[in-house]
Amino acid sequence: MSMATQVSRRSFLIGSASAIGGLSLGFHVPFAEAAAAKSAPEVNAWVVIQPDDQVVIRIARSEMGQGTLTGLAQLVAEELECDWSKVTTEYPTPGQNLARDRVWGNFSTGGSRGIRESHEYVRKGGATAREMLITAAAAEWKVPASECVAANSVITHQPSGRKVSFGKVATAAAKVTPPKDVTLKDPKNWKIAGKPLARLDTADKLTGKQIYGTDLKLPGMLNATVRACPYFGGKVKSFDASSVSKMPGVRKVMQIDDTTLAVVADTWWQAKTAMDALTIVWDEGPNKGVSSESIAEMLKGGLDAKDAFVQTTVGDAPAALTGAKKTISAVYAYPYQNHATMEPMNATARYTPQKCEVWVPTQNGEASLAAAAEAAGLPVQQCEVYKLHLGGGFGRRGNFQDYVRQSVLIAKQMPGTPIKMIWTREEDMLHGAYHPTTQCKLTAALDDEGNVTAMHMRISGQSILAAVRPEGMQGGKDPAVFQGLNLDGAEGHIGYTIPNLLVDHAMRNPPVPPGFWRGVNLNQNAFYLESFIEELAHAAGVDPLEFRRKLLKNHPKHLAALEAAAKGIGWDTPAPKGVGRGLAQIMGFGSYVAAAAEVSVTDGQMKIHRIVAATDAGHVVNPAQVERQVEGSFVYGLSAALFGECTMQGGRMVEDNFHTYQVMRMAEMPKVDTHIVPSGGFWGGVGEPTIAVAAPAVMNALFAATGKRIRTLPLKKQSLA
Amino acid sequence: MARLTINGTVRDIDVDPNTPLLWVLREQAGLTGSKYGCGVAQCGACTVHIDGNPVRSCVLPVSALSAEQQVTTIEGLSKDGSHPLQQAWLKLDVPQCGYCQSGMIMAAAGLLKKNPKPSDADIDAEITNICRCGTYNRVREAIKLAASGLPAKQST
Repeated sequence: MSMATQVSRRSFLIGSASAIGGLSLGFHVPFAEAAAAKSAPEVNAWVVIQPDDQVVIRIARSEMGQGTLTGLAQLVAEELECDWSKVTTEYPTPGQNLARDRVWGNFSTGGSRGIRESHEYVRKGGATAREMLITAAAAEWKVPASECVAANSVITHQPSGRKVSFGKVATAAAKVTPPKDVTLKDPKNWKIAGKPLARLDTADKLTGKQIYGTDLKLPGMLNATVRACPYFGGKVKSFDASSVSKMPGVRKVMQIDDTTLAVVADTWWQAKTAMDALTIVWDEGPNKGVSSESIAEMLKGGLDAKDAFVQTTVGDAPAALTGAKKTISAVYAYPYQNHATMEPMNATARYTPQKCEVWVPTQNGEASLAAAAEAAGLPVQQCEVYKLHLGGGFGRRGNFQDYVRQSVLIAKQMPGTPIKMIWTREEDMLHGAYHPTTQCKLTAALDDEGNVTAMHMRISGQSILAAVRPEGMQGGKDPAVFQGLNLDGAEGHIGYTIPNLLVDHAMRNPPVPPGFWRGVNLNQNAFYLESFIEELAHAAGVDPLEFRRKLLKNHPKHLAALEAAAKGIGWDTPAPKGVGRGLAQIMGFGSYVAAAAEVSVTDGQMKIHRIVAATDAGHVVNPAQVERQVEGSFVYGLSAALFGECTMQGGRMVEDNFHTYQVMRMAEMPKVDTHIVPSGGFWGGVGEPTIAVAAPAVMNALFAATGKRIRTLPLKKQSLA
Repeated sequence: MARLTINGTVRDIDVDPNTPLLWVLREQAGLTGSKYGCGVAQCGACTVHIDGNPVRSCVLPVSALSAEQQVTTIEGLSKDGSHPLQQAWLKLDVPQCGYCQSGMIMAAAGLLKKNPKPSDADIDAEITNICRCGTYNRVREAIKLAASGLPAKQST
C-alpha cells in the first residue's frame, strides 16, 4: 500500500536497502550478510542512494516508540535536499561503528538525548552528502559546482537548466572528497525538519509484520527462558534438572551463573513449562530482612542526618530558617517503580568459538556489544549485535544488558545453535532496574508579605549512579540526584529565585538494583518541589500561579511554559463546580515543561478530566511526535503516581505481573492538550521531561478539589473518602 | 495434535493440547503479530478473535478449540492492512513502540463488530488493553474515526 509499508519492510530487512539487493527474509543470518555487502553506493556514512533514487538514511540511535528514527531522518533529509517520499532508514551495526572508528558516534538512546545530542553531526552528514552529489554532477557537466543546486533529490545546473537525479550521480559522488566545512540551514528555513510528518515505522505495526526481538526466527533456532534468584543478593543453592529434562521438547537445563538457571527447548512454551516445573532451592542471601518498611525507616534516618552531599547553595538557608518567624515543613516519599515495557526482556544469541552474534532490542547497541563480548570471552571484533525495534525501552534496555549477557551464556553452552531467550513477565517484574526510592524533607520560611526567604530541600535515598555508573560520581556525590534542582545546566536548573536555598542529599542505598527510569530523578524532584511550592502558596494565602510568577521572574522560559499551561486550562476563569485545578513546572533534559490538571473526586474515586501540557524544547524537529511523547508522558507519569509501587518483602519484590503492578488504562486516561511553545536557540529533549510534571499537577489539583495533600505516592494507598 | 482454523485455513498442528493458543500461533503457525505481554490475560497484547469475539489467547489452551471455530489474528484481519481500523490507525499515526497495537486493533475490531458506534464509555469498558507508551487517546480517536467511515484517500 503506502510508501510507509515499504519503508518498514525494508528497514527490517536490515535494513539494508544499501546491501540487501535480492536477499530475502529467510536468508541465512540476514543481518550479517547485509552488513558485509559493500556494493551499494554509500555517499557517506549517513546516506546511501540507490540508482532508482531511493534514499537510505542510517540511524545510529534506537527506535523504541519515541519517534527518534523519523526525527533523525528528517534532519538528514533536510540538509540532503532529498525527496522525503523516497526515504527509508537502516540501523548500522555496533560492530560496523567500531570498525569505522565510530563514524556514527554514540548509539546510546536514553536521557532524551537522541536528537539533542546528535542533531549537528547528522545534519552535517546530510549536508556533506548533498555537496558531494552536487560536485559529482557539476564534474559530469563540466560546470562550476557553485552554479548547481539540489532540491527534492534533483540537482539542477541553474544557467542551463540541466537536471539529474541523485540516483544517477550517487556512485560518482561516493568518490568525491568530502568538503571540510558545510553550512547548516537556519531552522527557520526548514522544509522537512520541523514539520509534523508521519512516522516512517507505522505501517508494519498495524498488520503484525513488524518483527520485534521476541518475534525473531533464525534457521535452527532453539528457545529459552531463564529464572534468576528473586532475592536480591541471593543465588542458586540447588536444582534438580532430572525433574524436567525428559519433558517434551526440552534440550538442556543449565545453570549459567551463580544466580540464574535456564531451560532450552524446541519452543519457548516448552521451555517455560519446564522451568515452571523445575525444582529449585534458592539461597536467599543476606537481605531476607529487608522490606519496604525497613527501607522507609532507613531513608527517614537520612532526612535529618548531619552528613549530606551539598549541590545547590544560595545564601545561608539553615541560618535563615533558624531565625525565621514562620516556617513550613513537609516530608514526601516516592516508591520503587518497574519500567514494565510491554515487550519483556529478550535477546537471541549464536556463539561459536570464533564469533558471537546477538539480535536484541536495545537502547544502546554498543553496550550490548560490550556485554556480548564479555560474556562470550571473545575480542569485541569477533562479536556483532543486530538491533531490532524495541517494544518499549524507558531506560530498562540501555545501561542494563543483563539479558544480553544471559543469552550469550546460554548460547555458549550450545555452540553453533542460535537460541532466543525471552523472560516471562514475572522475571521482568522481579529483576528490574528499579526507579529508585527517595524521601524528601522540605522546610521553608515565609515573611509577612508571603515571600519565600529560605528553603532547605533534603533528599534522602538511593543513588542510581553509585550502583550503575560509579565513574559519574563526584567525590562520593551523585550529581544526577539533583536533576531539576541545580542552579544551572541543561539537566535541570531550578526556576525559583530564593535568597537562601540549600538542596542536599543523604545517600541511603538499599540492596535493590536501581536504574534509569524514563524521567529519572526529575520525576520525584518535581513531585516534591512543585507540591511543596503549592503548600507554600496556600500558607501565604496567594494564588499558586501568582505565587510562582513572582518566584520565576528571573527565569522567563520556566515561566512561559507555566503560563502556557495555565492559560490552556483557563486558570483565570473559575473551575467547574467540584473540580480542582493544579499546576506544575520543571526544567530538565534540556527542556522547559509545565502541566495543568483538572480533577474531581466522587465516592472516594479521583477522576482526571483534563490535562494541558506545555513544552519548550527550543527547536522542534517533528511537532506531531513531540505531541505524542508529551501525551504518553502522562500515561507513564500518572501510572506511577496513581498505582505504581514495587514492594519489598523478605528481600524480594512482591509485584510480579500487571494484576498487582497496575498501570493506567484507557478508562483512566484524561484528555491531554499539548501546547508546543518552542523559543528556539537550543535543543532540548522531549521523551522524558513532561513525566515529572504529571504527578504534581494532578496532586495539586486533587488538593484544590478536596483539601487533601498527597505527600506519599502512589495515590492508591491513600484514602480519598 | 490440534486441528485449528486460523485466518480461514484449517491446520493440523502437532502440539501439547494444553499449550495456549498464543504460543501455537507464534511458534507453530509462525504468526508473530499476536504478542506475549503478561501471560495472565491482563495486558491484551495477545488478543485474537474466536468467531469474531476478542479473546486473550495467552490463557486459552488449544484443547478448548475445535476446527469449526474461526481463529482470526492481526495477520488475518485484512489481507493488506485495509481494514477500516488499520486505515484509521495509519491516518492518525497511532502506534509508538507498537508492541501492544496488534492486540489493541483486534480488541477494537471486536468492539466495532458488536457495537458499530461505540460511545466513550463503551470504549473505556471494552478496550482494557495496556499500552505503556501512552497511545490511548489516539486509539480512542482511531476507533471513532473507523466507526464514522473513513475517507477513501489516506493522508499519509
